[in-house]
Amino acid sequence: MSLRVLEPGALSLVQDLGRPGLGDLGVGPSGAFDRRALREANHLVGNPEGAAIVEALGGGLALVATAAHVVAVTGAAGPLTVDGTPVNSGRVLALRRGQVLRLGVPELGLRWTVAVGGGITVPPVLGSRSTDTLAALGPAPLSSGAELRVGVPADGVSLEAYPAALASGEVTVRVVLGPRDDWFTPAAVADLLSSPWRVDPVSDRIGVRLDGPALERARDGELESEPVLRGSIQVTTSGRPVVLGPDHPVTGGYPVIGVVVDPDTDLLAQVRPGDVVRFRRHRA
Amino acid sequence: MRILPCGDRAVLLDCADAAEARRWHAALREHGATLGATTVLLRGRPADLRSLVGATEPADLTDVVGREVEVPVVYDGPDLDAVARHCGLEPDEVVRRHVASRWTVAFAGFAPGFAYLSGGDPRLEVPRLERPRPRVEAGSVGLAGRFSGVYPRPSPGGWRLIGRTDAPLWDLARDDPALLHPGDLVRFVEVAR
Repeated sequence: MSLRVLEPGALSLVQDLGRPGLGDLGVGPSGAFDRRALREANHLVGNPEGAAIVEALGGGLALVATAAHVVAVTGAAGPLTVDGTPVNSGRVLALRRGQVLRLGVPELGLRWTVAVGGGITVPPVLGSRSTDTLAALGPAPLSSGAELRVGVPADGVSLEAYPAALASGEVTVRVVLGPRDDWFTPAAVADLLSSPWRVDPVSDRIGVRLDGPALERARDGELESEPVLRGSIQVTTSGRPVVLGPDHPVTGGYPVIGVVVDPDTDLLAQVRPGDVVRFRRHRA
Repeated sequence: MRILPCGDRAVLLDCADAAEARRWHAALREHGATLGATTVLLRGRPADLRSLVGATEPADLTDVVGREVEVPVVYDGPDLDAVARHCGLEPDEVVRRHVASRWTVAFAGFAPGFAYLSGGDPRLEVPRLERPRPRVEAGSVGLAGRFSGVYPRPSPGGWRLIGRTDAPLWDLARDDPALLHPGDLVRFVEVAR
């Protein structure tokens, strides 16, 4: 009962819903970047919603089933094959023993989610099977030949379909201003909300870096380190925003001008270098 | 203390100083509060959190006594001389003041098991390195701002390194992997290299 990694692709990680509540140990929540995709894929294969999945960045992941398994692939959209035959994402797929599931380069989005009936049962660390790339906790990134043990499937799969709901090239996310919007000029806050922000290639699960106008500070000095969360928009000394992802540090010393509302942070898992992110003001 | 907005799933308690933050953190710890230098993050629905905070008194810290932890240090860090020059002290005097200080774990962050220690001698305040090192070895003892800290594992880092310890800051094989928790008292002890 396992999926064996034939080819790991660019970066493929085991993820679940993370390890919340350990901030006082210096451990962040981590977990799947696109949690919506995780829930959909787990639903399709009959898993509890937080079962561990594979989050594959870009294309190139190939997995071979060592026994009959049901799988579902969600998140990004693009070519998928089983033993070379095109199959659909967003629905349950049956793999016979020896068959190979291969993920192509996404045509929309950036990160694929692969769930398997029974879930991936690598040993949990601090209560979670997630890989935290910043803290180096949890299972190692997938490598060729790695064996992903699979748990006992629950009864039944879902015959629903989840077509990828992704925009091409531009996303808008809602943002609540604060806690430190008063560290910036009113013009900077207006720039944040009106500018198209281009996604920098140096983006990862720790943060999505954005390029656009420099956001001007209204006050100098250093902020005392304070707790941050997924979706916090930190503004570095260059004036450019970084939206923190699931592997963000527990505390940060850059002022946070606003925080992306939690459900919208999933969209940031799927933006690609050069894509545009827009912020729309949301009043909590 | 002010309650600042922090998205749709949290609020940030902005406190007057580190002591007030620790009192709020102690009072709200069971609700999963995370402590910063002078702030406390609470996760949940902001409206619920505002009610919770309104119905909560900050804890009296005389009831909350941290553990005392001794950390043995060999003071031979690569930045010891530069720190001494910056502080206008001899290297020996930097060591003496680091050892004599009553350090308290102010909060955690940066990496699993990394504790920001406050309460140091004010003469030991130094800026971070202009260019962080790509790799700092586990056990390196550093200074940055008014804090001291020990790197639990190899990582990049911008703290000024004055020594090293083999104290196990982070060990996943233990029930409680972190050696240091907010409120603990830390004494550095000089040992020979």
